[in-house]
Amino acid sequence: MNTKVGKIITHVCLIVIGIVWIYPFIWMISSSLKTNKTYLTSGINPIPEKLNWENYTRAWEVANFSTYFINSVLITLGTVIIVVTLSCLTGYALGRVDFPGRKVVIVCIGALMFIPSGYTIIPLYQFMKFLGLSNSIYGVILAESSGAHVLFILLFAAFFSRIPKEMEESAAMDGCGFLGTFFRVILPTAKPVIATAIIMQFIWTWSSFLVPLVLTLNNPELRTLAVGMLSFVGKYQTDWTGMAAGATISLLPVIIVFILMQRYFIEGISGSVK
Amino acid sequence: MKVGKRRKVNKQTRNRYIWAYIFILPQFIVFFGLSLYPIIMSYVYSFYDWTGIGPLNKFVGFSNYISVFKEEKFWNAFKNTFIYTAGFTMVSVSAALVLALILNNPKLKGIGIYRTIYFLPVVTTTAIIGIIMKNIFGNQGLINEALKIIGVIDQAVPWLINPVTAMIVLIIVGSWKEIGIIMIYWLTGLQMIPRELYEAAHIDGAGYWQTLRHITLPLLAPIGATIILLTTVSSMHVFDLVKTLTGGGPYYSTETLELYIYRFAFASDGISQVGYASTVGVILGLTVFIISLGLGWVVMRVNKSRADAGVQG
Repeated sequence: MNTKVGKIITHVCLIVIGIVWIYPFIWMISSSLKTNKTYLTSGINPIPEKLNWENYTRAWEVANFSTYFINSVLITLGTVIIVVTLSCLTGYALGRVDFPGRKVVIVCIGALMFIPSGYTIIPLYQFMKFLGLSNSIYGVILAESSGAHVLFILLFAAFFSRIPKEMEESAAMDGCGFLGTFFRVILPTAKPVIATAIIMQFIWTWSSFLVPLVLTLNNPELRTLAVGMLSFVGKYQTDWTGMAAGATISLLPVIIVFILMQRYFIEGISGSVK
Repeated sequence: MKVGKRRKVNKQTRNRYIWAYIFILPQFIVFFGLSLYPIIMSYVYSFYDWTGIGPLNKFVGFSNYISVFKEEKFWNAFKNTFIYTAGFTMVSVSAALVLALILNNPKLKGIGIYRTIYFLPVVTTTAIIGIIMKNIFGNQGLINEALKIIGVIDQAVPWLINPVTAMIVLIIVGSWKEIGIIMIYWLTGLQMIPRELYEAAHIDGAGYWQTLRHITLPLLAPIGATIILLTTVSSMHVFDLVKTLTGGGPYYSTETLELYIYRFAFASDGISQVGYASTVGVILGLTVFIISLGLGWVVMRVNKSRADAGVQG
C-alpha cells in the first residue's frame, strides 16, 4: 500500500470523497448567498451570480435569528461555566483528597451511567416549573447543565491525581490554605484539561435540541438557533435561501470553534474511549 | 465502620476533608436535582394517567403498560428504531473502520486535514443538518439534480416520500454525521497496537492484507465490541435527526420510539398523555439497558478471550 501509485490513488479517493463529504456545507453557504429565484434555476452549480447578503438580513431581522443567536450564546455560556466549574471542583476533590466516603461518591457517579432511565425530560421540565424557572433562560441553562458529567469529572480527577505532591506541600509551606493552593498553584496547571472540557461542552450545548425545544415550547422568545430553525421551516416553507442563511448562522460558530480548537476536542474524545 | 483502623485525624487533614465536601457539594445538588430526581420520576409518571397539567393523582398501576403493548403504532416505532439502529451501526462502524485504517498510515501526508474534513459533520447541530438534508433530498434537491446530470436517473426520486428510501436516507445521513467520531474511536484503538508487532510481521514477510487480517483486526476486536455498544445505545435514542428530516413520515414509516414518545408527551393537537409517554420511555430505557447488558457481556468475553490468548502466546 506504500507504493507511489497506491498512495496517489488513496489521495484521490480521500479528496473526492472529502469534497462530497462536506459538500452539504458548501451548498448551504452558497445557497445562502443566492436569491430564491436563482437558487431554483441554478441546478447543482454552487457559485452564486453575485453575492447576495439580503438572506442574512431577512433571517437576522425578520425571522428572529438575532434573538435565537443571543439565546444560544447565553445558554451555551451559562451551561459551559456551570458544568466545567462543577466537574473541575468534583474532579479535584476526588483526585486529590482521600476523604471518607470518596468511594461511595465514585460508585454513585459510575452507577448513574448505567441506570436505565425513562423519559427524563418531562420531570426535568416539571422541576423547572416547580422552581419557577420554566419561563426564563435560567431554567434552560439549568436543564442543560443536568447529567452526571462523568467524562469531565474523570478527566479532571485523572489529571489532578497526577500532580506531584511536592507542589501542594511547597504551597502549604508558603502559607497557602486549601483554597489558595487550589486556585493559585493547581488550577493554572490544568489549563489544557479545562480547555478540552470547555470546547466539548460548548459543542454539545450549542447543538442540543430536545431540552431547549421542550423548555421553550410556550416561550418562542427563548428559542435557541436549533429550535428557531425548526419553527422557521414551519413558517416559511418555500424560503430555502433564507433557511440556508439561518442554517449558516447556526453552524458557522461551532465549525469555526472546532477548526481552531480541534486538538482539544479530539483528545477529549479519544480519552473517553480509553 | 472501620473503628479499629481509624486513627486520629489531625486538624489539617480534617480541614482538607471539609473542603473536599464543599467542592463536591454543588455537583451533588445538581446530581440529585437534575439527574436522579428526573430518573426516578420518569418511572413514577408511567404509573399514572396524567396530562402533564394539574395534580398527579390518578394512579392506574400497570394499565399504561398494557395499553402500550396493545398499540400498533408503538410496535411500528419499536420496529423502526431497530431498523435504524441496525442499519446505522452496520454502515457507520464499518465505514469508519475503513477510514481509520487508511488514515492510520503515518506515511500518508495531510492526515490532519482529512481527519478535520471527515470529522466536521460530528460537531454540527443535528437538528440543522436534518433541515438542510430535507432540502438536499427533496424532489428538486441537490441529490436528484446531481443524479440526473450523471445520468443515473431521468426522473426525480421521491426520497422522503417513499417509506423505504426515507429510512435509507435517515440511515445514510445519520451515519455520515457520526462516522467521524467513530473513526476517532477506531484510530485510538489502532494507536494502542504496539508498533513492534507490525515490524515483526514485516520481517516475517507478511504483506499489508496479511498483517491486517492476522494482527490489526484481531487486536482491534475488544475496542470494536465497545464501539458497537456505544453506537447501538446512542442510535436507539435517535430523535433530533428524525424529527427534523422526516418528522417520522411518510405516514409514521420512519417514526422511532423517541419520536413516538414526544408525540404523546407534547401533543400539538389535543391533550398530552404524559403518563402514557413516560411508560414508553421506561420501556425504551429498559430495552436499551438489556441490549447494553447483552453487548457488554460480549465485550467482556472478547476481552477475556484476548487476554487468554495473550497468556498463551
